Amino acid sequence: MSNNNNWLEKILPAIRKSDNDSRRTNIPEGLWRKCPRCEGVLYRPELERNLEVCPKCEHHLRIPARRRLALFLDETPQTEIGADIGPVDRLKFKDTKKYKDRITAAQKSTGETDALIVLRGKVNGLPLVAAAFEFNFMGGSMGSVVGERFIQAVDVCLENKLPFVCFAASGGARMQEALFSLMQMARTSAALQKMRDAGLPFFSVLTDPVYGGVSASLAMLGDINIAEPGALIGFAGPRVIEQTVRQKLPEGFQRSEFLLDHGAIDMIVSRHDMRETIYRLLAGLTHAPLAS
Amino acid sequence: MNPNFLEFEQPIAELEAKIEELRLVGSGSKVNISDEIAKLQEKNLSLTESIFKNLTPWQISQLSRHPRRPYFLDYIRRMFGEFDELHGDRTFSDDAAIMGGITRLDDKPVMIIGHQKGRSTKDKVRRNFGMPKPEGYRKALRLMEMAERFKLPILTFIDTPGAFPGIDAEERGQSEAIARNLMVMSKLKTPIIATVIGEGGSGGALAIGVCDHLQMLQYSTYSVISPEGCASILWRSADKAPDAAEAMGLTAGRLNDLGIVDEVIQEPLGGAHRDHDHAALRVKESLAKALERLQTLSTEDLVDQRYKRLLSYSNVSRKSAEE
Repeated sequence: MSNNNNWLEKILPAIRKSDNDSRRTNIPEGLWRKCPRCEGVLYRPELERNLEVCPKCEHHLRIPARRRLALFLDETPQTEIGADIGPVDRLKFKDTKKYKDRITAAQKSTGETDALIVLRGKVNGLPLVAAAFEFNFMGGSMGSVVGERFIQAVDVCLENKLPFVCFAASGGARMQEALFSLMQMARTSAALQKMRDAGLPFFSVLTDPVYGGVSASLAMLGDINIAEPGALIGFAGPRVIEQTVRQKLPEGFQRSEFLLDHGAIDMIVSRHDMRETIYRLLAGLTHAPLAS
Repeated sequence: MNPNFLEFEQPIAELEAKIEELRLVGSGSKVNISDEIAKLQEKNLSLTESIFKNLTPWQISQLSRHPRRPYFLDYIRRMFGEFDELHGDRTFSDDAAIMGGITRLDDKPVMIIGHQKGRSTKDKVRRNFGMPKPEGYRKALRLMEMAERFKLPILTFIDTPGAFPGIDAEERGQSEAIARNLMVMSKLKTPIIATVIGEGGSGGALAIGVCDHLQMLQYSTYSVISPEGCASILWRSADKAPDAAEAMGLTAGRLNDLGIVDEVIQEPLGGAHRDHDHAALRVKESLAKALERLQTLSTEDLVDQRYKRLLSYSNVSRKSAEE
């Protein structure tokens, strides 16, 4: 902003200006974060200790897939599944940007190759496979790679008789892969049928947000569906619904609590209790003795 | 402008109006103008051919929702024997946007299920413009499971803008209803043939679209999101729908090239809406042929092949192990 000819700058209260300046210079970058819900200013190290849950209002902030899995799994052993699989732009899709460039940019900013990470590991010694969507990778959208890794995860479960836990966070199908992305809904759902046929549990954990093609396939097909508090979960987005029905949406519409009320999920579990709750339920369904 | 014709069909509409006018004049006078009419009809034919030779994906999208395009009920009347419609999801309601019931294809009893748009304004509203709610998908599932129990093949007909984006649909678990259909359809022990007759709109279409044989009418579309929806998200302007239609490759021909669609059913010249009887005849022929092929398979092979088909819908690269 040029100071010389910006009249607005001149009439801004001097104190506000200097306040901004001092914040910019005196506080190290990224040490503070604003809670998107209560707008409380949070000290990052404290937030991290609290598993990215706002200590003031209990709002569950979005977290990267690797962090999610690290919080969930025992430290060792962990082996990644499907890391060798990468995206392909079969349709040469181009909107305002090329899909190829979007992939490259997403890979750079997240350090991941696509939007689903799958690890084989243990929770309190109980062996399982866990997957998590990386929302920062093109909105956690599901294309062929996500579908393929999900199916590989199921295959490992089938081969080794393991339970499968998936943490969803996704805007839906990846439009840039057009009908192939729609077909991932059918593929992942068909794979989950195999889990059922084999008598292996699949848990779906819904974290903010889960919409569209991911919601209308794998994410709603858990033997047990668990949501984090306050997550937005639905098929159609609120804006689309509002435009279609021309009606104000009810308070709390499509939040976890709304889904629990309407019978769509089994329970809402705080991030702090997630690991132990899932462990207990899985141990119950698989008749495993509880670790003390 | 004739509202029963799309913009690019207007020259055809004008020529046909002219022919009609001549006919009226001709029948009232002694002058023989049949030569003139024949000439114009010939011209109309070549005009239609030239317009339909090079349709853009966006024009095909418009044809797929043409106001006079044959709907599910139009096909039912023309292709099958007596149709006994079955209603209700046994849980909440009956959804008029999805119809289903038992009928016969030639002599074979079959379960048919499809989206139904309304023709009149009143009917459009009653059928919610072909946009199903959870009870529609649950009714479809109930009928499909019944078909499996009684060994009836399932024929589904896809023609929907998409699942209904409404408050009530969300409250009753739209996502779960669609997801469950996808899961259960993958293992049904009876042949499933899906035919896209108009709009194949996203999850709302796929929820009755998991199948052993997927066929599309020449001017039908099948996509993950409507061109308008895609354009407003990726281009931030619904006006870019023609670009989105192009980019998504949602036409029967393109999807056939990509290996997702097994068969493209040619439509009569000028589109299915120009000749419902002929369109229905062609669909029926394809159905009979596909069904005959599928019924030679054992149940085990059928379900196994269905899963393998699904697995093949994927484009990924694989790094070699040592990298």
